[in-house]
Amino acid sequence: MTMTTSSSSSAAASQNAYFYPALLLGLGSIIALLLIGLVIPKWLLFLVTIAAANGLVSLGIVILMRSGVVSFGQGMVFALGGYAAALAYGKLGITDALVLSLGGGLVAVILSAPFAYLIARYRGIFFAMLSLSLSMVLYGILIKSESMGGSDGFNMGRPTLFGIRAADEWSSYLNYAVTITLSGLCTLATYIYFNSTRGLVSLAARDNEIRVEYLGSSVQELIATNYLLAAFMGGMGGALAVIALGHIEPNFSYWTTSGEFVFVSILAGHYSVIAVFIASTVLEIVRSFSSLYFPNTWQLVLGLFLLAVIRFLPRGIGSLWEKRVKKQQQGERA
Amino acid sequence: MTPSSSTNIAISARGIQKKFGAVVAAADINIDIPHGQKLSLIGSNGAGKTTFVNMITGYIKPDAGSILLHDEDITGLAPRVVSRKGIARSFQIPQLYKELSVLDNMLVAVASQQPPLSFWRPARNAVAVQRAEELLQRFDLSEHSARLVGELPGGVRKLLDIAMALTRYPKVLLLDEPTSGVSADEKFPMMETVMRALSQEAVTVLFVEHDMDIVERFADRVIAFYSGRIIADDKPDVALSTPDVQRYVTGTLR
Repeated sequence: MTMTTSSSSSAAASQNAYFYPALLLGLGSIIALLLIGLVIPKWLLFLVTIAAANGLVSLGIVILMRSGVVSFGQGMVFALGGYAAALAYGKLGITDALVLSLGGGLVAVILSAPFAYLIARYRGIFFAMLSLSLSMVLYGILIKSESMGGSDGFNMGRPTLFGIRAADEWSSYLNYAVTITLSGLCTLATYIYFNSTRGLVSLAARDNEIRVEYLGSSVQELIATNYLLAAFMGGMGGALAVIALGHIEPNFSYWTTSGEFVFVSILAGHYSVIAVFIASTVLEIVRSFSSLYFPNTWQLVLGLFLLAVIRFLPRGIGSLWEKRVKKQQQGERA
Repeated sequence: MTPSSSTNIAISARGIQKKFGAVVAAADINIDIPHGQKLSLIGSNGAGKTTFVNMITGYIKPDAGSILLHDEDITGLAPRVVSRKGIARSFQIPQLYKELSVLDNMLVAVASQQPPLSFWRPARNAVAVQRAEELLQRFDLSEHSARLVGELPGGVRKLLDIAMALTRYPKVLLLDEPTSGVSADEKFPMMETVMRALSQEAVTVLFVEHDMDIVERFADRVIAFYSGRIIADDKPDVALSTPDVQRYVTGTLR
């Protein structure tokens, strides 16, 4: 009994041993990135802003991947969040970047909620195709809606933050700061979620649904909840992207946009939350440089890059350091 | 008052019927299992043992009849609901999480017993880890705690499968062929470990088994199935010596 108590307290201590450093590392990274943003060139500032906004959408897919399903239609929530933010700005006069971003996430959750339990009944390719079809239905509606700009979309002005409108030279930095802060906090929240009881049972559902059900949990409820979490992140990502771009169009919901989010999720793997943003940044860099040097074949470069990752890191970039952390933890427990 | 309404009866199956096409898996099965009893279900393949277990746990819905758990009707409820009401099970092929460590498998089971699942409470919290490690110790699995399930031998997986089923403090535990796939030398020590671990719980045990030595040694009562019917229901030595059991189950009488 003594052995049990001491080993359990050591295991709990081991939990704290990596939980709090991760928390500090997360908050430290946000502050460091905010400071770095002050010195990097404008083009890189914009690139990282877009990478972080898109990374949020892919983070949602990673949450779903951990429970064993992959959405090929995250373009839907990306567009919902983007249109919600742009419409709130244009029609309601809401200009605060934080309110627009959080509102975008909330609208995406509300509009995805009716489908959550339905889609959570499906697995594998059926889940992927159903999510894809929902996003394409939205694309069809948006492209035919003249009041929302039809296929051209519409523009959105510069946002404010806490009632302050940034000067022209600080405008990009404001977008960057809001995006980095919200993405960073979502990443931390996701990390806490992955280590929670629900996060562990979600991961178990990926491996063996039958056992999860026989232990008393509902896999459908787990997936539906993860779908809504992914919707929130996707919606927020859409809103942040629109704020940075100053423009929204139906292509946000097009299948190729969803495909890019899946691309980043596969590149990252489902082991690490940080890897998603690294993968998203890598995609943006590869896209930027490839389209500069190989304007007609940049997708080929991207495809080859993904093939290389699948060949050498089948569990994604995140498996590079997560394996090492797990081995270290197992060593401590042993 | 029917026999099933007695509070001493843990599981009461009344008039259970189940057919798969022309195959009769359960033909008017009536069984009362008193609280704390160790009941063994025996029978050849296809006799209806696992179907009966699956109907109790909600995996299969009977065509007719009812199943009561301490007088509460649980017929046709989903497995997760049945589990929450106090019926746990292990599987013929252990249903584990191969990508996770032994301790994490236990932590999934411990986490599942405290609904609703928390979004922020660490899975590896002190209370959960203590419960998980206490069960691992009881099943002599502590030394495997950090190993991935995919690396474990069959017997250890079986024990882990049963240990996970116990995390919810079940009223009834169903073990589907707990010694299948385990070498002859390991069967008895393994069942000794299981029964020793279970002796600390006020649990009714129902186990499906093909090894008659195991049945004779560990069961209080034996029910033999043949073609979806009960052909014997008695103490092990009596049940195993009936002609029908020797003819259709053990094959010692031809």
